[in-house]
Amino acid sequence: MEPQRFRPILLSMTHDFSWIRPEPWGIHVVPADCWIDPSRPVPRALVTHGHADHARGGHGETLATPETLAIMKLRYQTQDGARATVYGEPVPLRGGVTATWLPAGHVLGSAQILLEHAGERIVVTGDYKRRPDPTCPPFEVTACDVLITEATFGLPVFRHPPIEHEIAKLLKALADNPDRCILVGAYALGKAQRLIAEVRRVGHCAPIYLHGAMERMCRLYESFGVDLGDLRLVSDAKKEEIAGHIVVCPPSALNDRWSRRLPEPITAMASGWMRVRQRARQRMVELPLVISDHADWDELTKTVEDVNPYETWITHGREEAMLRWCQLHQRRAKALALVGYEDEDD
Amino acid sequence: MEAFAALLDALVYTRSRNAKLKLLADYLRETPDPDRGWALAALTGGLDFPAVKSSTIRNLLSERVDPILYALSRDFVGDSAETASLLWPEPGTAPTPPTVSEAVDALSRMTRASVMTALPELLDRLDSDGRYALLKMATGAMRIGISARLAKTAFAQAFGVPVEEVEEHWHGQTPPYQPLFAWAAHGEEAPSSEGIPLFRPFMLAHPLDETIVDMADYAAEWKWDGIRVQLVRAEDADGNGETRVYSRSGDDISGTFPEVAASLPFPAVLDGELLVRGSHQGGEEGGAASFNALQQRLGRKTVSKKMLAEYPAFVRLYDVLILDGEDLRELPWGQRRQRLEALMPRLDPDHFDLSQVIDAGTLEDLAKIRGRTRDDAIEGVMLKRRDSPYIAGRRTGLWYKWKRDPLLVDCVMMYAQRGNGRRSSFYSDYTFGCWDGDPDQGAELLPVGKAYSGITDEELKWLDKYVRNHTVNRFGPVRETERTLVLEVAFDSIHASKRHKSGVAMRFPRINRIRADKPAHEADRIEALRALIRD
Repeated sequence: MEPQRFRPILLSMTHDFSWIRPEPWGIHVVPADCWIDPSRPVPRALVTHGHADHARGGHGETLATPETLAIMKLRYQTQDGARATVYGEPVPLRGGVTATWLPAGHVLGSAQILLEHAGERIVVTGDYKRRPDPTCPPFEVTACDVLITEATFGLPVFRHPPIEHEIAKLLKALADNPDRCILVGAYALGKAQRLIAEVRRVGHCAPIYLHGAMERMCRLYESFGVDLGDLRLVSDAKKEEIAGHIVVCPPSALNDRWSRRLPEPITAMASGWMRVRQRARQRMVELPLVISDHADWDELTKTVEDVNPYETWITHGREEAMLRWCQLHQRRAKALALVGYEDEDD
Repeated sequence: MEAFAALLDALVYTRSRNAKLKLLADYLRETPDPDRGWALAALTGGLDFPAVKSSTIRNLLSERVDPILYALSRDFVGDSAETASLLWPEPGTAPTPPTVSEAVDALSRMTRASVMTALPELLDRLDSDGRYALLKMATGAMRIGISARLAKTAFAQAFGVPVEEVEEHWHGQTPPYQPLFAWAAHGEEAPSSEGIPLFRPFMLAHPLDETIVDMADYAAEWKWDGIRVQLVRAEDADGNGETRVYSRSGDDISGTFPEVAASLPFPAVLDGELLVRGSHQGGEEGGAASFNALQQRLGRKTVSKKMLAEYPAFVRLYDVLILDGEDLRELPWGQRRQRLEALMPRLDPDHFDLSQVIDAGTLEDLAKIRGRTRDDAIEGVMLKRRDSPYIAGRRTGLWYKWKRDPLLVDCVMMYAQRGNGRRSSFYSDYTFGCWDGDPDQGAELLPVGKAYSGITDEELKWLDKYVRNHTVNRFGPVRETERTLVLEVAFDSIHASKRHKSGVAMRFPRINRIRADKPAHEADRIEALRALIRD
């Protein structure tokens, strides 16, 4: 049953939320003249998290959590105009706008941004998930008038299995093939560290070997207190010593020449897209691990229900299916067309 | 059902034949009866549940999922059974999955009336991988590349028994093959094969290459361009019998060529080339068409009257293995040939003729004869040692194949894709094209073929590097390359094709040489390829 919505504010006023304007290159907060996750340089940017499609360099001023700023510094070398925000502490901006960064449970430092102006509340989720993640605090449900939600896995076929299930699959393949290694393609920021942390959580403490491109981000996670155990570089190791171990690399390196130095690797990939068999086959994956840092269909729809906003705006992903769901559940919704937010490797 | 679902999933993601064999063998060894027998039947297409159709699945889903959400999902996933397995509402409590046997039993008892309630009851007891396996089993659309021969090899591997014996005892057995498992796994008496038309593994040839043979010891025959088949008829004491047509892999293709299966009137095992009638130079009783025509008939489970009339099939005989209960395989080729010639009058000339022996005194003579022919029904010549028995497999020195020199054409590389297995991570599959006119007047390249063989490991490395450094576009796993590299492509024949934009399809294309020295605009034009068509 649909919960009864009651928003007295709506009885006397009409709301078009025109102080916030979605543009193809980002969400413009008009009175404060700042942008959320802009894909082109702007004077002032509010950044939800460190993934490259959300956090770009070259802005005059960048407001984000300390973890996100550290990730951006690692990627873009400079940190001019960086202003650190604290989860849950409102930041006053120009034009009577307040912004509050709230945990999104996506990756280290990831946040939703709550914007308040003239008695109206708008939440931009950025990327998020609702499942526990040992590398970041959990998503906080926040009441608002407009929920701007991601929809990367916005199709009802996407239901991510429990991560324990996928980790068990990985460790079983490892035990069954002591002479080979399992090469796991995982997004270098977030997915790789979560996978390693989850493997550690179930007591697997053998060395895990990294592709060179993974190392600095893993060290950054460790500097923020995420324990990743014994990590070694493939480039420092002999072929024989890698047999029987997990190797983590960026998805782009899976079928690359780089993997020729490994002992008969079994190709695995940690991604929500692995739910669909043909997707996994197309990527030549032998061991698909359905592990995602994005909300699945059930999490997306549950979040809309939990937050219970007056209106839901849907971005980057399969907007049509989420729109249809909102329509079926008599919820006001619209799709935003933002540029460059397709996450093929998640 | 969980173990079967896990097996099915593993097979989906496994590309190497040996790894598939191991997965299957492990499953067959570890799974109890009768589940393993039913699973084996499901994997090899031996089960049929007429009440479950793919429309059944769609109808079930439409009762549970919004049609627009279903359509969006189906479009993304690209497979109805998989979409349904993912969309099906998760059961509230931990499900108690049925065994494979329970599932088979329930599916076989379903009727058109009961399927809409009985199938959901099964689906509700499974997780998504289990639902996928169940729906694939129910609709019979596995598409995981398990041939009957592969399944038999895995069975032999699982229990350490010779594959020839598996082959022999398999026939006449029906799912779940209990006597077969009792024999292989528990050492019980083997099921009788009397009156059953068994497949005997083929005798095969080595390429002649640089070998020099003395024509006094060898007979030469044409190597016809059809498919190699074995016709087997077995009869019991009362003269009731059955005839089967087997492909080279040992798959029973009698259903695809019923007119051939129906035309052997006495118990025998015959080896020959399956062809369809046509206007090309042929045997003693008439001509055969190119492989292109035969292709119309291949892979069909049932054959229409129209197909039978338009593409009538017949067998051009090479050899006789068993005749009227007498095993001739130990006899020298020359004696078997005499027996074969002698039995021809007993066969219907509409469905059988004899493969001619080529009269050539020396290898040089044979080379001349081989060089003269450019007939699409002829792949080259065979050399058979006159005193050789019929021995399964490829034994050195007995049979040689001497394919005719290939046709050559200069093409331009257009796309490249990564290979599998040993070649994974290398761009080893190349699509190449020819000009549709004068390249200096703005003509374009049209793809004419795709090849992934013919090159050495060194050339493969060179091409891999070339592709990586000359990519102009990416489409998923495919890279579009700059159109600068000329490849000399060898192929056996070329046919008109409506399916390809270029209008031509090559048979056995392979990379003959990398022509890095040749400018792309000097590559061949499509009209040059069309001139080689001999349909």
